[in-house]
Amino acid sequence: MSLVDTRTPDPKKFIKGATGDWEMVIGLEIHAQVTSESKLFSGSSTKFGNSPNSNVSFVDAAMPGMLPTINEECVRQAVRTGLGLKAKINNRSIFDRKNYFYPDLPQGYQISQFKDPIVGEGIVYLDMGKDGIVEIGIERLHLEQDAGKSIHDLHPNMSFIDLNRSGVALMEIVSKPDIRSSEEARSYIAKIRTILRYLGTCDGNMEQGSLRADINVSVREPGGEFGTRCEIKNVNSMRFAVAAIEYEARRQIDILEDGGKIDQETRLFDAKTGKTRSMRSKEEAHDYRYFPDPDLLPLEFDDEFVAKLAKDLPELPDEKHGRFVSEYGITSYDASVLISSRANASFFEDVAKGRNGKLSANWVINEFFGRLAKEELNVANSPINAHQLGGIIDLISNGDISGKIAKELFEIIWVEGGKPSEIVEKRGMKQVSDTGAIEKMIDEIIANNPEQVIKVKEKPQLIGWFVGQVMKASQGKANPRAVNEILKAKLGL
Amino acid sequence: MSVDANIVKRIGHLARIKLEQENLDGLAGELNTILGFVEQLDEVDVSGVEPMTSVIPASLRVRKDEITDGGYADKIVSNAPLSEDNFFMVPKVVE
Repeated sequence: MSLVDTRTPDPKKFIKGATGDWEMVIGLEIHAQVTSESKLFSGSSTKFGNSPNSNVSFVDAAMPGMLPTINEECVRQAVRTGLGLKAKINNRSIFDRKNYFYPDLPQGYQISQFKDPIVGEGIVYLDMGKDGIVEIGIERLHLEQDAGKSIHDLHPNMSFIDLNRSGVALMEIVSKPDIRSSEEARSYIAKIRTILRYLGTCDGNMEQGSLRADINVSVREPGGEFGTRCEIKNVNSMRFAVAAIEYEARRQIDILEDGGKIDQETRLFDAKTGKTRSMRSKEEAHDYRYFPDPDLLPLEFDDEFVAKLAKDLPELPDEKHGRFVSEYGITSYDASVLISSRANASFFEDVAKGRNGKLSANWVINEFFGRLAKEELNVANSPINAHQLGGIIDLISNGDISGKIAKELFEIIWVEGGKPSEIVEKRGMKQVSDTGAIEKMIDEIIANNPEQVIKVKEKPQLIGWFVGQVMKASQGKANPRAVNEILKAKLGL
Repeated sequence: MSVDANIVKRIGHLARIKLEQENLDGLAGELNTILGFVEQLDEVDVSGVEPMTSVIPASLRVRKDEITDGGYADKIVSNAPLSEDNFFMVPKVVE
């Protein structure tokens, strides 16, 4: 892979060193477990958490004479993902053997794709807020087998091996070295995860290891030649990714500023210490002696196969974002919050259909998502549905209730359930828009507070005090706009 | 390409084959003979010829995404020198 620098150095991202400024260069390899029932080359289950070695066939255990047969759904999932990354789909790709020895790899090689991957170059857009949209190039995506799992804490001097994960399909998504800060790296991982979840090709669950990243970090003088990189293996959370990158960049800068040089090596991030350390054992094994797997013919499909998958692709996050902004007239920021998942986005659309987009976005984001987060719930198990929230918004739009009362109503429905319009009716929460009733209250307040009436003529902003009194007298139910208008008229403001 | 004792030692290690020092030179000679034999193929002009992937015209066989195998952990570990609760047990490997 030839390295091309696509970015303009941004002084805001530079790291201060003793000898001057430094710039990070980051590339990521994301390993995403393919969503499928069975494994890439065998018919055993991919289900997480089953008892040890129960999801293992003789193929996965690499018993002599067993042959791999590819799972067509895994191929479709890889192509869908490629389409989601706006990438070139290769109608012919080749499986290679990547040779190394490790106890959790019974074959002695991983079936992967080296020279001819199923997906070629693509592109991902990151919304970096104030810094605008950043383009990150995708180098390739290839299909490969996952390894088994070693467990080290069940015995003092033995490791336990569970091959349940062995042979599960992975997509390795390789970025170009286009990332220039830990924040961009975090945003990139989040974006890839969102795209995968929209497509349904990977569940994106980092805690269970369905999504993990190898992070290549190097530093250089701003805009200079690429430096020597180190690869931090198997980072399984976004927070760790940020910490590992920050630590690693600083470590490299310190070495270079002391006149040293960086050794290209594989490192491990230790979450307990927040540091990275060398994995020396991996070094000499780096010669993987790839060669085409003689058990597998080239993987070939025609354009029609790809076109059909493209046709059935769901609306992707970027497209949805654009549509939300133009169709509902909401801000770009609100749209990005709303599209964070397909479920959230469709909840918003159910609420906003036929209603004011901005008001709906406000309520969905601030009240609804805010409350869900607080109670660690999600759209699927929320006590309030889109229909109920829509009902609350209708009552606000019709002037039946004020925003303040609406929050009380939201609370009632959250706890007790029920139909918004009925609750408002039954509990007398309706806003008083009857000008006669409001006038009566205002007349009383004016009569009882002659000094305030004199003061307000000099300081018109004191009208707020009167509004407060009316709201108090009406127990928050007076329509604030009507109160304001009548007050202004009566006080001659 | 020519192989020397160091390369033999290295590929022996990568393949986890124990090689005695006194055999390295002999093995290097044997490997060089094999490589020399294979290198005769370079005499054939193959420019413009696609690499052959199969001796018969065939395409990759595919399976449906169904669970049709597994569920016999006891058989999987039955040949293991050591096992417990259907885990394989191996000498400790920790980074």
